[in-house]
Amino acid sequence: MVFEKDLNLYATELRLGLPGSSEESIRISNKRALPDMNDDSGVAAAKKCDQETAPPTKAQVVGWPPIRSYRKNSLQTKKTEAETGGMYVKVSMDGAPYLRKIDLKVYKGYPELFKAMEDMFKFKVGKYSEREGYNGSEFVPTYEDKDGDWMLVGDVPWEMFINACKRLRIVRGSEARGLGCVV
Amino acid sequence: MHKKMAFSFPDEVLEHVFSFIQSDKDRNAVSMVCKSWYEIERWCRRKVFVGNCYAVSPRMVIRRFPEFRSIELKGKPHFADFNLVPDGWGGYVFPWIAEMAGAYPWLEEIRLKRMVVTDESLELIAKSFKNFKVLVLSSCEGFSTDGLAAIAASCKNLKELDLRDCEVDDLSAHWLSHFPETYTSLVSLNISCLGSDEASFSALERLVHRCTNLKTLRLNRAVPLDKIANILRHAPQLVEFGTGTYTADVRPDVYSDLAGVLSSCKELKSLSGFWDVIPDYLPAIYPVCSKLTSLNLSYATIQSPDLIKLVSHCPNLQRLLVLDYIEDSGLEVLASSCKDLQELRVFPSDPFGAEPNVSLTEQGLVAVSLGCPKLQSVLYFCRRMSNEALVTIARSRPNFTRFRLCIIEPKTADYLTLEPLDVGFGAIVQYCKDLRRLSLSGLLTDRVFEYIGTYAKKLEMLSVAFAGDSDLGLHHVLSGCESLRKLEIRDCPFGDKALLANAAKLETMRSLWMSSCAVSFAACKLLGQKMPRLNVEVIDERGPPDSRPENCPVDKLYIYRSIAGPRFDMPPFVWTMDEDSGLRLS
Repeated sequence: MVFEKDLNLYATELRLGLPGSSEESIRISNKRALPDMNDDSGVAAAKKCDQETAPPTKAQVVGWPPIRSYRKNSLQTKKTEAETGGMYVKVSMDGAPYLRKIDLKVYKGYPELFKAMEDMFKFKVGKYSEREGYNGSEFVPTYEDKDGDWMLVGDVPWEMFINACKRLRIVRGSEARGLGCVV
Repeated sequence: MHKKMAFSFPDEVLEHVFSFIQSDKDRNAVSMVCKSWYEIERWCRRKVFVGNCYAVSPRMVIRRFPEFRSIELKGKPHFADFNLVPDGWGGYVFPWIAEMAGAYPWLEEIRLKRMVVTDESLELIAKSFKNFKVLVLSSCEGFSTDGLAAIAASCKNLKELDLRDCEVDDLSAHWLSHFPETYTSLVSLNISCLGSDEASFSALERLVHRCTNLKTLRLNRAVPLDKIANILRHAPQLVEFGTGTYTADVRPDVYSDLAGVLSSCKELKSLSGFWDVIPDYLPAIYPVCSKLTSLNLSYATIQSPDLIKLVSHCPNLQRLLVLDYIEDSGLEVLASSCKDLQELRVFPSDPFGAEPNVSLTEQGLVAVSLGCPKLQSVLYFCRRMSNEALVTIARSRPNFTRFRLCIIEPKTADYLTLEPLDVGFGAIVQYCKDLRRLSLSGLLTDRVFEYIGTYAKKLEMLSVAFAGDSDLGLHHVLSGCESLRKLEIRDCPFGDKALLANAAKLETMRSLWMSSCAVSFAACKLLGQKMPRLNVEVIDERGPPDSRPENCPVDKLYIYRSIAGPRFDMPPFVWTMDEDSGLRLS
């Protein structure tokens, strides 16, 4: 066969790295080429090469395991929720230097949620009434729902709220006027 | 023109006889009997199948079959499903549509798989074929909802619109409203791949309401659970139904509505969808379970106990797709409940996790193989396997026609003996004499290929990854597998020798894919020169292969037989090796 002589060389140039990173892998394996090795040791040298160039971890191998992208995508969204086992949402407060995160699943209803928020940010929620919103507080709890609208916390049933709530924001009472707060 | 023998039938009689022959393979055989049969057959072939759109040109097909009504085309190689084929590789359907638009105004059916379909192509279809009835796009991409709107607006006789597993640019859900109010012929609609959050529910409802012949309806994830009852109420005649997202606030009225409307669907045989399932709503489908023959729960992230309850309600199940949440225990229940099971696919819920997250092992597959006498097709993702299990499976289930096993970690050995899984897969090919499709995984040496070459005489498609030791492995397969049509290989130490020694074999196959193997550029060139009826395409995103030494391995290689010669629509990273010793650059 025409390439008998060359087989030894190219066998040791076997590229086992990631697609796109092969320039380096080829350089490395060139250094290890031994002209009078037979096929078997050629492959062994290539395997050795592979170990020295650190084989890719499972997550990095392109197209492995062989799963379609739409399956991978559908699993990903579910995975983060399942992994943490909760419904974590960001909580911010006007004037506070950083945000917090809380797991809505942990609370059984609004009173518990408010208690947790009050403890976290050191403020008082005030009294809620359907007609007047929050009274007697400088701060008002609001949330962003699935449609991207900012709503007053407390108007809808708890189950509906935790399914709709994407993030929480504790705003100054003066800014919450538009959300139904009494002047 | 042809000699009429004393005992030959008139053409009309032969044509009538041929009309009973539908299968492509049989039609091809008929056409090879003699010249007159070839002539008669080609004029009356109504369905054309082209397994590789680059194997033949549109003009050649049209010239040979002047009166076909239905065409099926396949484009990209199978490994494109796993992102191994770079974007822009090819598989464009437009040239085909353009040629057919002129020649075949009466074309009725187009079925495409892994092709690039543009809005322009869809618009041309809508404009050109007045009696257009069936559009099935499987794993296609390149079009948007605008193209779909054109189809909806113009194809008055459309019966089937199936977009399974496509990647669609979701510009607007209002494309559905483009079906005119007078349009009622829809029989099958599969839009499960569409993403849009804003779905045109009222248009969908009205469409379902007026299309009283609708038998198949597969919705997309965006359709909420509480809308399904309204849609199904108008379609009690449905045979196949795919839900949207299967989660909602738990409300008794929504539940009873759904359960009520489902139980009035007396013809329902197949269910799918079930994204984001919450177990509370599952019992709503129990009333229809006893008639179900097909169930796709591969998006349902529910745990084993709920899956077991569901599956135990379905004694007539023939086809089940499910996540590995079902676990070995669930598969054991499946094995005892579903004696008619023919096809099982178990997908991994956490494919990239380092540790197993569920108790699904080789035992589940053994249980189903032992318990389900009609099981013939399996796709199974798991994390460990043994030769012993594979031998048991092979012995108990010799009727396998498709066996695809994916052990998630490459090169995983037999977990009991730490040996390669050669003997196990060897048993599969030895006992399953009708095996047509096989996918290998785990630690495998050249020996497994020796078994395959020796026993797998009916094997048509083989998928290999991270296996083998030397060219001998590839040689066994190419020289032994008489029925081989498609071979796809990645990350195996197979090189020039076996390929060049079996060059003639490649002309008897549809295609060969090799990526991250050891085939040199020089061998590719040689193959291209010596085999004019093969297109030898080198895919290499690192740059032109001749900018590296000739004995350098190419990144990806796709070889397929063709009577159309080299193609001209290649992107910059694909080179065809042909008779001219130089490269044909795109």
